[in-house]
Amino acid sequence: MPISQDRKSVLVISIIILFAVMAIRLFKVQIIDKEYRITAENNALKYETRYPARGQILDRYGNTIVGNKISYDIMVTPIDVKEFDTVAFCRLFDMDTSLVKQQFREYRRFRRKIGYQTITFKKQVSNEQYNAFIEKSFLFPGFSGVPRSARTYPFNAGGNLLGYISEVDGDYLKKHPDYRSGDYAGKTGIEEAYENLLKGEKGYTIYLRDAHNRIKEHYSDGEYDKTAIPGKDLTTTIDAELQAYGELLMNHKVGSLVAIEPSTGEILTMVSSPGINVEQLADISKHYSEIVSDPYKPMFNRAVMSPQPPGSVFKLVNGLIGLQEGVLKPETQYPCHAGYVVGNLKVGCHIHPSPLDLHHSIMMSCNAYYCYTFRSILDNPKYGSVREAFEKWKAYTESFGFGTKLGTDIPSEQAGIMPTAERYDKLHGKDRWKSISIISLSIGQGEIGCTPMHLANLAATIANRGFYYIPHLQKDTPESPIDGRFRERHYTMVDTSHFNDIVTGMRMAVAGGPGATARVANIPGIEICGKTGTAQNPHGDDHSVFICFAPKDNPKIAVVAYVENGGFGATWAAPIASLLVEKYLNREICPQRKYLEDRIVTSDLLYKVKVRNK
Amino acid sequence: MKTVPYRKLDWVLVGVYLLLVVFGWMNVYSSSSSSDEEAVFSITAKYGMHLLWIIASFAMAFTIIRFIPVKTYPAISWPFYLAVCFLLVAVAFAGKEVNGSKSWFALGPFSFQPAEFSKISTSMVLAYVMGKYNFSFSKRKDRYFAFALILMPIAFILLEKETGSALVYLGFLLVFYREGMSGWLIGLGLMAAFLFIMTLVLSPFAAILILMGILTLLLAVYDGRPFYTLLGGGALISLLYYLPDLLSLDLLSGITGRFQSEIWLVFLTVPAAIVFTFIFLFKKKRSLRNLMLGYIAGVVMVFSVDFIFEKVLQDHQRARIEVLFGIREDPSGVGYNVHQSLIAIGSGGLTGKGYLGGTQTRFDFVPEQSTDFIFCTIGEEWGFVGAVAVLALYLTLILRLIGSAEKQKDKFTRIYGYCVACCILMHVVINICMTIGLMPVIGIPLPLLSYGGSSLMAFTIMLFIYIRLDLAHWKK
Repeated sequence: MPISQDRKSVLVISIIILFAVMAIRLFKVQIIDKEYRITAENNALKYETRYPARGQILDRYGNTIVGNKISYDIMVTPIDVKEFDTVAFCRLFDMDTSLVKQQFREYRRFRRKIGYQTITFKKQVSNEQYNAFIEKSFLFPGFSGVPRSARTYPFNAGGNLLGYISEVDGDYLKKHPDYRSGDYAGKTGIEEAYENLLKGEKGYTIYLRDAHNRIKEHYSDGEYDKTAIPGKDLTTTIDAELQAYGELLMNHKVGSLVAIEPSTGEILTMVSSPGINVEQLADISKHYSEIVSDPYKPMFNRAVMSPQPPGSVFKLVNGLIGLQEGVLKPETQYPCHAGYVVGNLKVGCHIHPSPLDLHHSIMMSCNAYYCYTFRSILDNPKYGSVREAFEKWKAYTESFGFGTKLGTDIPSEQAGIMPTAERYDKLHGKDRWKSISIISLSIGQGEIGCTPMHLANLAATIANRGFYYIPHLQKDTPESPIDGRFRERHYTMVDTSHFNDIVTGMRMAVAGGPGATARVANIPGIEICGKTGTAQNPHGDDHSVFICFAPKDNPKIAVVAYVENGGFGATWAAPIASLLVEKYLNREICPQRKYLEDRIVTSDLLYKVKVRNK
Repeated sequence: MKTVPYRKLDWVLVGVYLLLVVFGWMNVYSSSSSSDEEAVFSITAKYGMHLLWIIASFAMAFTIIRFIPVKTYPAISWPFYLAVCFLLVAVAFAGKEVNGSKSWFALGPFSFQPAEFSKISTSMVLAYVMGKYNFSFSKRKDRYFAFALILMPIAFILLEKETGSALVYLGFLLVFYREGMSGWLIGLGLMAAFLFIMTLVLSPFAAILILMGILTLLLAVYDGRPFYTLLGGGALISLLYYLPDLLSLDLLSGITGRFQSEIWLVFLTVPAAIVFTFIFLFKKKRSLRNLMLGYIAGVVMVFSVDFIFEKVLQDHQRARIEVLFGIREDPSGVGYNVHQSLIAIGSGGLTGKGYLGGTQTRFDFVPEQSTDFIFCTIGEEWGFVGAVAVLALYLTLILRLIGSAEKQKDKFTRIYGYCVACCILMHVVINICMTIGLMPVIGIPLPLLSYGGSSLMAFTIMLFIYIRLDLAHWKK
């Protein structure tokens, strides 16, 4: 059978080729490549880790916000340690002798596990201490020093924003197998979000040991050493000076202050107060317990983690939805006599002229006007039911980012709360609720929670007349371009044309005549537009809220200030936000408004916030 | 009963078998003994247990040669095949779970894996069915029947999540090839595998370019106008190669993951470009049709890679493939086994560290040391010389089996011999390629060498049935 003989030959030749491939691969692995042998000789070789310098964090103008300084870690190879003068040793490092003794008891206990390894004895000793140690190091065999870089903070820019680095713990190691114990990693803020960029790559130097475990020489003249690759610098969108100024304004107040450049979504300032100051940040392990036990929770990044009712600021959103739905016209007028009354229900309002049109309703922040508007949205006959209209309304709010995670590059960003129809079903019974039952939503109260970042985003959206870029902290540079999602425009479901009426109202709120709610925020020479909010809450005094942007045309900055339990929006939030705007656009505060700055900086509102366990 | 003519036994096969089994035990001893206990015959240790299994296997081999008549095998092939299939199903429900797959039956202190014996039963039933006088691969019905016979155990074994064992059954395709199946099937399979790998390692776009290159070559060989075909195909491919640059898309370096929306544009325009090019160049409809079919099949294949990779494969399988192709580096996680295995083998050098002298394997750096990764111990302690010697032993075994099978007059014996050779081949290639980092980690044992009673016993039975059948040939 000639054909089957052919086939037999094909099979036999293929099999021989397969075996030849395996033999060649073995030849390569066993004879040619040296790397495997080196790894196997791990026991005879000593790898000394070379730590890379962590990348610096720069502000938008290239100023260093977080830099590096050299400090030293003292390492110990317990098996090499001979008897030494504990007292002299402790004097060098300003330590307690009992601590050293306890440390060595630990080493003895785990001596099997430690073996020939070198482990960290004391972290981050200063340059002076290290020099003193080096002079006397011959007295302390087994100890050595390794340079490590530690963080420095030239600006007093916020701890929640920057985050801190600390030694990785067991949990972290489990989740990140490429880290080794003794490594440092960013734990919160920018340090965490951009860990991969900043961390760099560790290297090592290989030494040969002799039979007595003494280091003899450089292995193969360093041919197989790996140099550490320093981390990349991160240029952020932060304006360091503005950030420091924001921190100053928010000092002794609880709340947040966020500023965004509307045309890019770049975050200029993000303050969460009270924050962690940079001295504590530099040596976080020492201050950690103190920070954690602080009743005002400085670790908590309120700007993105604290959903609160937006208050009257939310009227802008309802106004926009009303315009888009066609149930509201700019010239529509509604009466208000100290409130909105239907049957037993009354939504109170302050005293102002009546009736008002849309522009004046924003200027004077009329509650009744938005009760009417909200009801006409929900009771729109266009929709079959209130439920259907409500779902539509909710879709509108989500297109502004409310109730969703915006997708910023800030760790632990929260989505906030937007009520669902199901929630009202539970509260009132299935489909037993009407527009009047949920009327609080019209003025930004009730079952609604937005983070300050959402509100800053709202300000930026209105400034852009209808779209936003996802707020972000990384500046787009040719070396490290930003993620594509930060370049997309997100349009709301409201047409661009409707925004100008809202902007006009916001301008009138600041610069309008009698009855304007935010005149305190007016800055000479800057066309600033704003809206106050006074958010009722079950915890104490109302929260003071203000969103604004400036200038009116081609806005350069959009700001939200949220001062918890501060009272009226115009009392605290409006001055704070407007001062920040002024600082950013003019780089200084004009003399007429110095009094305002003084008042803000010197006021302490901490007492107004109820805290537990204080 | 006539005495068996022992002198006519195929002593080469028996000799290679003995060498492998003895060498296997030495390495099981090396990888599982510790210096503390010196009792070689302690059955509590793995090597003691393995010794018992070796003795049992020898007894089995002797029984097969001495006592079981040759006629038994064709007669029992169907009942045996069906019974083992039943066991395969049963074990998926009633078996005990070892390393995430339910494929073991526990009988007191012993446990065995039906999948090991299914190789024998499948070989026997294939030999029986294909050995019939009128069986032919040119008949569609016969062809499908033969495929069904190997697909059934594969399906049941996949049910137990023993992907590695199922892969071994692909070896039977080589037997089919020998018995007259068209070689195109294997060729297409290899091409699909090649495209799959190229899609993962390079990019879908690059895989499409390679596909077009292959099609152009085929067309050049079969169409009869090689010069123009190569010229046209080459021009088209180089043109397309620069297309991403022109559209400023990055299609060549992207590894896996979602296809960007723009890429569809490219893939829609490409076939149109081909159609027009070839219509003007050749005006030959048949080769154009074949080309388009081949192209469309290839493109579908390339696009389904993402789906298969992300949805069909399980997490650990995906990770192993990613590690193999260097898409992901993970020396402490999934890549750990292979990394440590390579270190152990690589550190063996030319002559190895000497028997019982391995540091990597004896100190438990490599997991599954005595079973699936036994080749590491060999590579480390016996070096390149030892590893190649083992390869040579297997090659001798397989080629001897094939050579001997070809000489058989009886079709049943020939096909059965081929089946044995191909099963051993698949096991050896998959296992060794895994330990030396040429294939993803697939846990199957090295025949006759690895620790494990079921495996040793199954291969012994399989091999000695053939040796006995071969003996019958001499008697006539």
